[in-house]
Amino acid sequence: MNASALVPLPVILPLLGAGLAFAFGRSARAQRVVSVVVLSVIVAVAAVLLTRADAHGPQVMHLGGWHAPIGIALVADRVSALMLLVSAVVALCVLVYSLGQGVTEYGPDTPLSVFHPTFLVLIAGVSNAFLSGDLFNIYVGFEVLLAASYVLLTLGGTSGRIRAGTIYVIVSLVSSVIFLTAIALIYAATGTVNLAHLSVRLEDVPDGIRLALQLMLMTGFAVKAAVFPLWAWLPDSYPTAPAPVTAVFAGLLTKVGIYAIIRTQTLLFPGSEISGLLMWAALLTMLIGVLGAVAQTDVKRMLSFTLVSHIGYMVFGVALSGDDGLSAAMFYVVHHITIQTTLFLVVGLIERRGGSTALDRLGGLARSSPVLAVLFFVPAMNLAGIPPFPGFLGKVALMQAGVENASPMAYVLIAGAVTTSLLTLYAMAKAWNRAFWQPRPAEADGWHRDAEDGAADSTGAAGAAGPATDLHRGPVSVAEPEAAEPSRPLQLAMTGPAAALVLVGITLSVVAGPLFDLTDRAAVDLRERAPYVEAVLPQGGGP
Amino acid sequence: MSVNVVLVAVVGTLFAVGVYLLLERSLTRVVLGLLLISNGVNVLFLIASGGAGQPPIVGSSAPERMSDPLPQALVLTAIVITLGVTAFLLAMAYRSWQLHEHDEVQDDVEDALIRRRAERDEASSSYDDSAGGTLDERGADPAGESTQDSRDGDGAPIGPEGETP
Repeated sequence: MNASALVPLPVILPLLGAGLAFAFGRSARAQRVVSVVVLSVIVAVAAVLLTRADAHGPQVMHLGGWHAPIGIALVADRVSALMLLVSAVVALCVLVYSLGQGVTEYGPDTPLSVFHPTFLVLIAGVSNAFLSGDLFNIYVGFEVLLAASYVLLTLGGTSGRIRAGTIYVIVSLVSSVIFLTAIALIYAATGTVNLAHLSVRLEDVPDGIRLALQLMLMTGFAVKAAVFPLWAWLPDSYPTAPAPVTAVFAGLLTKVGIYAIIRTQTLLFPGSEISGLLMWAALLTMLIGVLGAVAQTDVKRMLSFTLVSHIGYMVFGVALSGDDGLSAAMFYVVHHITIQTTLFLVVGLIERRGGSTALDRLGGLARSSPVLAVLFFVPAMNLAGIPPFPGFLGKVALMQAGVENASPMAYVLIAGAVTTSLLTLYAMAKAWNRAFWQPRPAEADGWHRDAEDGAADSTGAAGAAGPATDLHRGPVSVAEPEAAEPSRPLQLAMTGPAAALVLVGITLSVVAGPLFDLTDRAAVDLRERAPYVEAVLPQGGGP
Repeated sequence: MSVNVVLVAVVGTLFAVGVYLLLERSLTRVVLGLLLISNGVNVLFLIASGGAGQPPIVGSSAPERMSDPLPQALVLTAIVITLGVTAFLLAMAYRSWQLHEHDEVQDDVEDALIRRRAERDEASSSYDDSAGGTLDERGADPAGESTQDSRDGDGAPIGPEGETP
């Protein structure tokens, strides 16, 4: 049986779902049902596509019956199907989490009916970018997901979000313009925009022109992936958005950029001349990102900086450009999508429970909310690369690939990767110490938001109001500090998805063997190029 | 492939003017700059499609004499995308004017914080933890002010800090 008929579904279904969600704008329940059903179906479709692509080679759908290179092809090979599956699982968890978070975060006058349709459009754009076998269609996918992300980032149009959103939109648009210019130049040089066809025709293009085209494409993607020196927009814009939005951005958007880099580097420009440049970019991304993270006093901003920093690991894997490096990079992408999303979701929980994300206003959370402590500790150690977790396995695989590459620069990068890992651990330990172990600072006492839903029913809230707060308030009864607590109780609908993602993160460690086998096979496919090209163009490249 | 020099000059001019406008602080000028650059890219696609020819309709003329239809389709898509994004940007500029009575692109929170601290000749916030180095939306240091929610996002309007000193 041929599963290629399933390939367009991850793009079409969310778009249809977005239309339905708009139509049901007045019924929150109908919107929720539509979104959850659509994303669940996509998870199933992606799983089928991955098994099919692994067993029978790339699944290709020629849209409208026009065969490539004339028509647009959607291709699900091992790499794109794997990316699709991980993104769909993460997106589903984030959606359920955002349902649990409810309307409170957006304020009373926000048109919340926009959230579900926009979220689905975002997923459609991400799927399209992953599945597309056509350079211009990748651009369209990028624009779809970016347009949705503009709306999600400026949700509610508050002062801070408009400020951050302005920078984000302008930077994204500039990168899109660079990408589009590169497409125009590539079309002028080769006369095609089909990826498989390009991989045949670019070989005839003179070296200098090919290098210029490659660098332009790379610049456009590097802005989206937040690679040094084009990363500075990310830590400023992400933290202002609502927690689930930041989580899905952190998990998916930068990884779409990384996927585009992997795809074009291997398929269009094999034997790349710029891997030395990429290695420098990877090293500086890792180090500068993590140094920024160490300096932060706000958990959301700290995580945004670690996000930038760990992009460097993936670029490192791509820059090594061997089978091992690519395989390790893909494993790391899978790990990083889950882990970074998990951490941002957990920070949303911290914000809800502790009332803030600033480290000097948090404290005592380990006693007041042990569940939250476990939910933060496990992914934080995972991100830093402590042995039983997949973060460690991914880093070790990257370093092994680096040792096999054996160039001096590879060893420098290994040293940089170890340093980055240690500094990540330091940043995570700092967040852990101050938010979870230290008593709640006295300053937090005079600051509270209206907790109309009353924290009185939150278990163990008295632990948060340590002795320090009593100094200001004088003698207090047991009940009083609870009334003044800014925190709200955690809901199962929010902790559930976060816990599920933490579990997915750990499970990656359990299934690391088969997963590495899969990424190894995917890396061999990428390097050989023939399976992809033959699947899209069975009759050869034509004239 | 023959290239029309006039069109190349047009593309160059559009890009140059666009980049100049993009470097301005006012969001309205940035929008205009992006529009000009997008139009430059659209003309670039026309150059990529080669010389003009017959309408590309099957049976109307010999295929060799037809003009290339694909870049035109691509340009059409790009125009639609630019239209939508421009509408969004203008809405954002209007919202910014509603909130702050200007549409200037404002500094990064951290840049603003560093500049304030430099003016007051203070150490960085991470230098001494007890100083309390939280960022609020204005990039101000709330430890010195009355304690307020640093992350409420829709608090007091941001002053016109966008100007470079």
